[in-house]
Amino acid sequence: MSQEFVLEARGLTKEFRGFTAVDSVDLQVKEGTIHALIGPNGAGKTTVFNLLTKYLTPTRGDIRYRDKSINAMSSNEIARLGMVRSFQISAVFPHMTVLENVRVALQRPLGNSFHFWKHERVLNKLNDRALELLDSVGLADYADITTVELPYGRKRALELATTLALEPTVMLLDEPTQGMGHEDVDRVVELIREAAKGRTVLMVEHNLSVVSKLCDKITVLARGAVLAEGDYATVSQDPRVREAYMGSDDTQVEGAH
Amino acid sequence: MATTDTKISAAQLAKQAENRRRNIFYLVLLALALVAPFVAYPVFLMKILCFALFACAFNLLLGYAGLLSFGHAAFLATGGYMTGFLLSTYSITPEIGIITGTLASTVLGTFFGILSIRRQGIYFAMITLALAQMVFFMYLQADFTGGEDGLQGVPRGNLFGIFDLSNNLTMYYFVLAVFIFGFLLIQRTVHSPFGQVLKAIRENEPRAISLGYNTDVYKLVAFVISAAIAGLAGSTKTVVFQLASLGDAHWHMSGEVILMTLVGGVGTLFGPVLGAGFVLTLEHQLSQSFLGDWVDVILGVIFVVCVLTFRAGIVGEVQKFMKKNFN
Repeated sequence: MSQEFVLEARGLTKEFRGFTAVDSVDLQVKEGTIHALIGPNGAGKTTVFNLLTKYLTPTRGDIRYRDKSINAMSSNEIARLGMVRSFQISAVFPHMTVLENVRVALQRPLGNSFHFWKHERVLNKLNDRALELLDSVGLADYADITTVELPYGRKRALELATTLALEPTVMLLDEPTQGMGHEDVDRVVELIREAAKGRTVLMVEHNLSVVSKLCDKITVLARGAVLAEGDYATVSQDPRVREAYMGSDDTQVEGAH
Repeated sequence: MATTDTKISAAQLAKQAENRRRNIFYLVLLALALVAPFVAYPVFLMKILCFALFACAFNLLLGYAGLLSFGHAAFLATGGYMTGFLLSTYSITPEIGIITGTLASTVLGTFFGILSIRRQGIYFAMITLALAQMVFFMYLQADFTGGEDGLQGVPRGNLFGIFDLSNNLTMYYFVLAVFIFGFLLIQRTVHSPFGQVLKAIRENEPRAISLGYNTDVYKLVAFVISAAIAGLAGSTKTVVFQLASLGDAHWHMSGEVILMTLVGGVGTLFGPVLGAGFVLTLEHQLSQSFLGDWVDVILGVIFVVCVLTFRAGIVGEVQKFMKKNFN
């Protein structure tokens, strides 16, 4: 295994009572790239995400982070390693303020997260950094709003700011533009491009125009197995990929040229 | 960023004003609590304070960690029996008895917590209920609990060896002090760095995990704090009534604390206090009236009405109303 891959999976398999959702997937994510995982509905993209971050336990297979096995680690340990994921539905803390959402991510390294006898004002020293992060995704003006009141697109931006607060080396984004209007999609694409500087991003994405704009490398999954791999031009020309998308996203594959 | 700054300071000012209002509210309450025993029957007031503390402990878990325990009676009873047994058997001062009782509940809470915390929702409730039932039958059979008679005639003794607690007024102020200590501890826990993480876990546990938090451990700590304070309430109650009985360990008690918390307002600091006062006063008044046999039915109806129409509880609904009309 090589050093240039920050995240590597070998023979990753997940079986649910005889149904194989993910079938010996090999995945190599190169340091500093934006890598997309695409495929028709039910191809097992989110399952792969859940396996990589241990929200599901693989039936078989090997996962390595910076050439070190993370097979035995739990989800929270993987996060502390610097591999932070997002979720398909926006993952915010709805009844905390926007600022608190980011601050709770900044808080852990302080080492006072178990201190139930201290006043929460000890966290105020993190406010500046939290505001900086909010500013970077255009949310500084909303800092004191209860998160549930934010529109959907802004919730996703907040989610990104919260992820960035952890200074992750690898970000795993699960459909970051899902359910968004055009303007929001463009903004999030810019945010991801900005956030990806100096980091590695692995993203599941349905919107192929987003993929074509952002991603260096694409892995196509179909029925739990890797169908094709390469840059956008290669993958979109591949007849097997076209066939897999036929009847569902075929027009989108064509349209993205 | 200039607009941002003014906005934040405006929000902070609003928060300061709110804090000031809240402090005034608590000061008024404290003044009322201090004169209350001259107006009302002190033993009844002490009963309210003990159950209010118990409900607050339960609320810490349900309202701030999102965990519905159906076995909190076990902690109330364990504190009560331990304190009652020690005070009846050895000549120790009541505060030592209460501290030991609280510690016993803390240990039991750690044990319960480790077994139950990995499950969620109804499974968590069922495990806590099953464990609490085991504790109930253990206390029914054990020698030191006095079986169905319970422990009677527990001496109140002299607090720190100085203050004679057989005087109801002295006892009342001691119970008030214990209650305030417990209430402030919960208030601080909720508004602490730990409380922030707990809130995040309640709101979205998978996300909290993806931020690197080992959520099981946080929930366990919350569970243990809650069990400890429930034990403190039980211990204090035993000293007040000079009695530790099986009723405290019965699952009925676990249900009653849920009722108190929901009626008062789950997830609000003061709700459980109000809920405990409301339920106990109602029980007290009804049991003296011609409706005495109907207490459980009436409480059941109130519970249903509460869940159907004002789910946020008394304090929760008032807060909503204030927010809608004065903000």
